[in-house]
Amino acid sequence: MNIAPALRLRTGDLAPALVLPLLALAALPTMSFSTWLTFTIAGIAMGMMLFLMASGLTLIFGLMDVLNFAHGAFVTLGAYVAVSVMAGLAGWSAADSWSLNLAALLVALAAAIVASGAAGLIFERLIIRRVYGAHLRQILVTVGGLIVAEQLMVALWGANPLPLPKPASFRGSIVLGDVSIEKYRVIALVLGLAVYVALHLVLNRTRIGLLVRAGVENREMVEALGYRIRRLFIGVFVAGTALAGMGGVMWGLYQELVTRAIGADMTVLVFIILIIGGLGSVGGCFVGALLVGLLTNYVGFLAPKLALASNILLMAAILLWRPRGLFPVAKE
Amino acid sequence: MIAEPLLQLSGVHTHIGRYHILHGVDLAVRAGRLTMLLGRNGAGKTTTLRTVMGLWRRSAGEITFEGRSIGALATPDIARLGIAYVPETMGIFSQLTVRENLLLATGSAGFDEARLDWVLGLFPVLRQKWQQAAGALSGGQKQMLAISRAIVEPRRLLIVDEPTKGLAPAVIQHLIDAFLGLKQSETTILLVEQNFHMARSVGDDVAVMDDGRVVHSGTMAALAADEGMQQHLLGLSLASHQ
Repeated sequence: MNIAPALRLRTGDLAPALVLPLLALAALPTMSFSTWLTFTIAGIAMGMMLFLMASGLTLIFGLMDVLNFAHGAFVTLGAYVAVSVMAGLAGWSAADSWSLNLAALLVALAAAIVASGAAGLIFERLIIRRVYGAHLRQILVTVGGLIVAEQLMVALWGANPLPLPKPASFRGSIVLGDVSIEKYRVIALVLGLAVYVALHLVLNRTRIGLLVRAGVENREMVEALGYRIRRLFIGVFVAGTALAGMGGVMWGLYQELVTRAIGADMTVLVFIILIIGGLGSVGGCFVGALLVGLLTNYVGFLAPKLALASNILLMAAILLWRPRGLFPVAKE
Repeated sequence: MIAEPLLQLSGVHTHIGRYHILHGVDLAVRAGRLTMLLGRNGAGKTTTLRTVMGLWRRSAGEITFEGRSIGALATPDIARLGIAYVPETMGIFSQLTVRENLLLATGSAGFDEARLDWVLGLFPVLRQKWQQAAGALSGGQKQMLAISRAIVEPRRLLIVDEPTKGLAPAVIQHLIDAFLGLKQSETTILLVEQNFHMARSVGDDVAVMDDGRVVHSGTMAALAADEGMQQHLLGLSLASHQ
């Protein structure tokens, strides 16, 4: 059976990789070039934020075979931590200084990574490790975990939505001729791309990455080679939840409002991305997130009421073509 | 002089779910020897190997390696004692390259170049496929990779489950040559095999399983010379499989 590699895109994967440019090109005749360019850049930036939220979940599913419906809670936690950090650094965030604004964002990201990663560690040790290999129980306990986590965050930050204004320099747009690009989306695009490249390098150039890729395919054989895969599980779970926290910061700043359901609201979209890309595939997750980001923006402009339905239709179409997603992972 | 058992199973029982598969296996694998584990399909050979590796837990009995009880150890700890395992499915990581598959079996220092040269000397085709995805290899090449991965670092014991399954005769002969080469390096090997030509070509000792028990132990030469015993134990003659 010839199954395309999941974690890196090679020449053999050309057909599924072409879906992305084909979608962008298909939208071009429906709008003016400047509008198309504006929405394409906006869609790619949104895709990058979605990738931040989804990448951790695909790693967790791919390696650990865990369906973590509580993933949204770590997105929410990241967003709430950003609210607190940004409130504490309000002077930096409001200053008319690009470097101070960036510093505030980086501190918020670092705090969210630490908080979500630590919460992920606790969640894995207390709950997830008891349900390895039992999908139904995983769904039940992670959905329950999501509810409990949301209530804990309500206890800490209150039930009312909290504002999370963008740092001063990241507001507004860059206008190039007829093309308008939100500054914040450029930041999101750069960050998402940096995370993808970092993940790609870790997965393909380090022994830890080699173990993760091998573990995604055949956990038992990794253990038979002398590696304690449970430790790898913990590391991947913490990394996955930390990435979710990072996604929460970026999504919260994009929305400029944080609610207790900000992460849970993204769960459907995140799972659509995972299914489109191929469960467990980081490369597939990247392409899936960009596809969803682009489609949401194009359809949001052309037929706003169809925005969510369009993503579900896209998923259905891709599954009809490739039932295991664009870049399926071979598993034993 | 009779070599001491490197691996010993005494009265080992294994249950998989509610099924009782092994019914008190007694098996000794002597150091420096190649022990064949023979038996009909469903006799319990694969379960025995998986139980040794801790992939299925024994429900009773004792497993010792170099005199140390390993029955309660986790699979990674058993592997770290120097036991390499090649499963029936080969366990190749198809999305990793040949190089990456081998690298996983090395320590943090990476490849010992002299050892790697020796391994690739046994299976030269792997050198040509070095950077190719293992999933693109033929069945025989995958088996060569699986065995290479098990021996790319020196191991105390090599456990291999049906390496010739589904392979062409020319490839089987190549594997026989490779196992003969491995024997010269005094590697201790426990080999499950259905191909009796291979069993007779490479085996020093033999254990025959039936219905979850070892029903015969001895030397391969003695079994190969006794057609009546072959018929009795295996229902087949080794001579008919040459």
